[in-house]
Amino acid sequence: MSEPILSVNHLMMRFGGIVAVNDLSFVAQRKQITALIGPNGAGKTTVFNCITGFYRPSGGSIRLTHDDGHAIQLERLNDFRISQQAKVARTFQNIRLFPGMTLLENLMVAQHNALMRASGLTFLGLIGAPSWRQAEQHAIELARNWLTRVNLLDRADDAAGNLAYGDQRRLEIARAMCTEPALLCLDEPAAGLNARESGALNELLLAIRGDGTSILLIEHDMSVVMEISDHVVVMDYGVKIAEGTPQAVRDDPKVIAAYLGADEEEAIAVMESGT
Amino acid sequence: MDYFAQQLINGLVLGSIYGLIAIGYTMVYGIVGMINFAHGDIFMIGGFIALISFLVLVSFGLTAIPVILLLVLLVSMAVTALYGWTIERIAYRPLRHSFRLAPMLSAIGMSFVLTNFSQVSQGARVKPVPPIITGGHTLHEGSQGFAVQLSNIQIVVVLTTLVLLALFTWIVSRTRLGRDMRACEQDQTMAALLGVDVDRTISMTFVIGAALAAVAGMMYLLYYGLVDFFMGFVAGIKAFTAAVLGGIGSLPGAMLGGLAIGLIETFWSAYFSVEYKDVAAFSILIVVLIFMPTGLLGRPEVEKV
Amino acid sequence: MSTPNVRTSQAAQQPSGAAFIFKKALISALVALVLFSLMIGVRTEAGNQGGLIYWTRFDDLAAMVAAVFGGSIVVELLRQWLGPVDKEKLVPPVVRSATALAGRWIAPALLIFTFLVPVIFYDQRYILDLAILVLTYVMLGWGLNVVVGLAGLLDLGYVAFYAVGAYSYALLATNFGLSFWVCLPLAGILAAFWGVLLGFPVLRLRGDYLAIVTLAFGEIIRLVIINWQSLTGGPNGVSGIPRPTFFGIPLDNSDDGLAAKLGIEFSPTHRVVFLFYLILAMALLTNWVTIRLRRLPIGRAWEALREDEVACRALGINTTTTKLTAFATGAMFGGFAGAFFATRQGFISPESFTFQESALVLAIVVLGGMGSQLGVALAALAMIGGFELFRGLDQYRMLVFGIAMVLLMIWRPRGLIGHRAPTVFLEKSQAISSDLVKEGHG
Repeated sequence: MSEPILSVNHLMMRFGGIVAVNDLSFVAQRKQITALIGPNGAGKTTVFNCITGFYRPSGGSIRLTHDDGHAIQLERLNDFRISQQAKVARTFQNIRLFPGMTLLENLMVAQHNALMRASGLTFLGLIGAPSWRQAEQHAIELARNWLTRVNLLDRADDAAGNLAYGDQRRLEIARAMCTEPALLCLDEPAAGLNARESGALNELLLAIRGDGTSILLIEHDMSVVMEISDHVVVMDYGVKIAEGTPQAVRDDPKVIAAYLGADEEEAIAVMESGT
Repeated sequence: MDYFAQQLINGLVLGSIYGLIAIGYTMVYGIVGMINFAHGDIFMIGGFIALISFLVLVSFGLTAIPVILLLVLLVSMAVTALYGWTIERIAYRPLRHSFRLAPMLSAIGMSFVLTNFSQVSQGARVKPVPPIITGGHTLHEGSQGFAVQLSNIQIVVVLTTLVLLALFTWIVSRTRLGRDMRACEQDQTMAALLGVDVDRTISMTFVIGAALAAVAGMMYLLYYGLVDFFMGFVAGIKAFTAAVLGGIGSLPGAMLGGLAIGLIETFWSAYFSVEYKDVAAFSILIVVLIFMPTGLLGRPEVEKV
Repeated sequence: MSTPNVRTSQAAQQPSGAAFIFKKALISALVALVLFSLMIGVRTEAGNQGGLIYWTRFDDLAAMVAAVFGGSIVVELLRQWLGPVDKEKLVPPVVRSATALAGRWIAPALLIFTFLVPVIFYDQRYILDLAILVLTYVMLGWGLNVVVGLAGLLDLGYVAFYAVGAYSYALLATNFGLSFWVCLPLAGILAAFWGVLLGFPVLRLRGDYLAIVTLAFGEIIRLVIINWQSLTGGPNGVSGIPRPTFFGIPLDNSDDGLAAKLGIEFSPTHRVVFLFYLILAMALLTNWVTIRLRRLPIGRAWEALREDEVACRALGINTTTTKLTAFATGAMFGGFAGAFFATRQGFISPESFTFQESALVLAIVVLGGMGSQLGVALAALAMIGGFELFRGLDQYRMLVFGIAMVLLMIWRPRGLIGHRAPTVFLEKSQAISSDLVKEGHG
């Protein structure tokens, strides 16, 4: 087996005196869906923010290895460079679209870096060079392709802020995919979705995996986790308490205890889902 | 050394005046999140009201200076507070939940209105007043004939500032109104749901801010012996700079920022050049913000992702 | 302020009736009485001996209070007549679709009319001068629109770049004899350079911190101009700035002037007409570049930045350089406009570059409807033209202007043009309501 796409080693994140993530290590395999689960406040989103450059970890390392074997230490990059250079895309727990822009525009913005190069840092674009026009058409086609895949093509020219909640979630995933990432990080993509939407989401994620993009997801909805994950990492109070296949994790007494200790309903959800 | 001590005194006095104005900026910013551009002009109006009420009281035959000053203080605070209340009511309240820039432009418009209202109603010329509080103390007799002076008016300015600051801190931290204000600052919707009268609380914020600006205006009048219709602009920008420097939204920060700006200005004038004192104050603001993006005492902004 | 609109007091039932209106008017009049009693009732003036004299003006005070009383009744009646304040209701759908239709024609019509202004008003120097002034502000507005309207960065010191452009041209031309056409790009580049210089350290500041820093920067530039007398002439300004030439051919009465070369009779109006078309060309270039940029990735990134900066970063957009380009582009246009201003006036002094100018340009952008090119042009026309209408009012002019600014903001907080046009579309371009468009926080 090739090297894992993401390996997190001894990750630490402190905020003042609070340790949000404590010595966390796990790997996400290439072309698989890895789920990061745990009760509220377990530190999942903090891990995400460390991986995607919004926080600088207090310690540890995060290594991303591309298909060609080129490895990047993510903790040394920050901010926009994670997406630009390391090809890691993400979505947000509380959807962050560009509400005043159309769906198509949202997806065009996602292709910013490629388009900037194609427009000769704006100058070629300003004079309307043919190479730029071609690149723009190509970008529109990519956007159209993704709009079709998330079933939003007929809304392409509507403002993103006018979409229903579930549609916004899918658009955000499409937007992240338009950056053509190697690793897609999804922060609770199924939150607030109804059963039908949730099912459609599962299909979409499996299709994205099928195309060769690795996925790391945080999720509360256990039906999603159990159905599509290849590997599950369970966190509680900033540390990893279990990992393995969905099946193994579901039967792990430590996981059940963590969920029971935190929230009874979630524990029941863990145990009942997937059966 | 003596020269330094003298500048320190002068700087602190000037800083007190800036601090009083800065509190108004910081309070309004904290509670409604807008830059009240008209606040500098409120300060100017306060100066005018103090001047005119002084003249009126003297013409009534009052002679006891302390009584007059107390009455002038009360009248200018009350009338200027009403200006603050009216402006909020007319120009800002209709835009409360609107687009962020709209209240700001409304405030800039209001600032033009106040400046030109004074110009039209009181004329464009500088209004001088003879020194009302005279005398002072020599603190230290220097060797080269330079003496460190502390004038009575300086004492009055600093003492008034201290007393008002204490009163104000008490209002914010101990009274029902202060609690409402802090609640509105955190979350207006939640405060409203818990029975806080948000409109009234915001109005009171403007009233208190304007009253403090009126005190600053009166102190300015007494200290410099003049008022003019345009003085609100520069003082307003300086005080706002002070509020930002101290960390906007923070009350001790506003006072600290005011003192800092007052000291920077005074020392720069004393040791370098008077012409570039404002450049120095603004440059230091820029430098401080580059290294401390939320000011000296501002809470660091935690980015929620 | 993203807090949802919670109606705390003034519940749905608005009391009406004569007694209510009367009571309200009475309260207003009382407030006015207190506010104006000292400021209007007593007039102070510096006396001859350096003291202070004063006299009373109770008749003026009474008139003002009566005016407030009457005005309050009128406003209250109007409010009851129009019903609850609901912007949608004020404009019936028929009218709105009609204005939408007119909106499509208004820009070309306005453009054609603008081109014809020197023909129609050839003999009216005053109107030509006013038109040049309006176009200068249109250009400034379009320049600032890039920064405030598109990128959502609040710049309160835009006048600094206008000043840099004006002084660049003035000093280069008077000291080194460089021609306008050489200086024009230089003025733009220098202004952009200053924009980058200021922007680089401060653009990571957010919201109102950025506003105050840009304001401070504007003041610093002005104060330096005032005090650096050896270079800038201080408060006396720079005079004798060369007039622009028709690409090297002077527009004067001399033998090698344009009039002589063309064999027509010289008239000073030629130069005014030339200046008119010059600023029109510059403004249209600004507009063209901006519209073009909006459809390029950089422009889309500006707007995305205004919508959500965090999302931009997650998409790999370098927010710092993106903001800097917006800042520099806006500054460059300001610099161009400044150079034009200098050559048109022939004389510049720091008085032309006060905060009021920044505020005026910002007002034009916001009133225009942030990001809308047509809106900015209309707003500039309304503000500068309106300002001129009140020229006769003399010292009351700024007062009226300030009141107008407040009323306009209350009337249309979102500006004249309340929608955003998408930069790219698949099937059909649909205007986006400005309620959805974010205003930026920087």
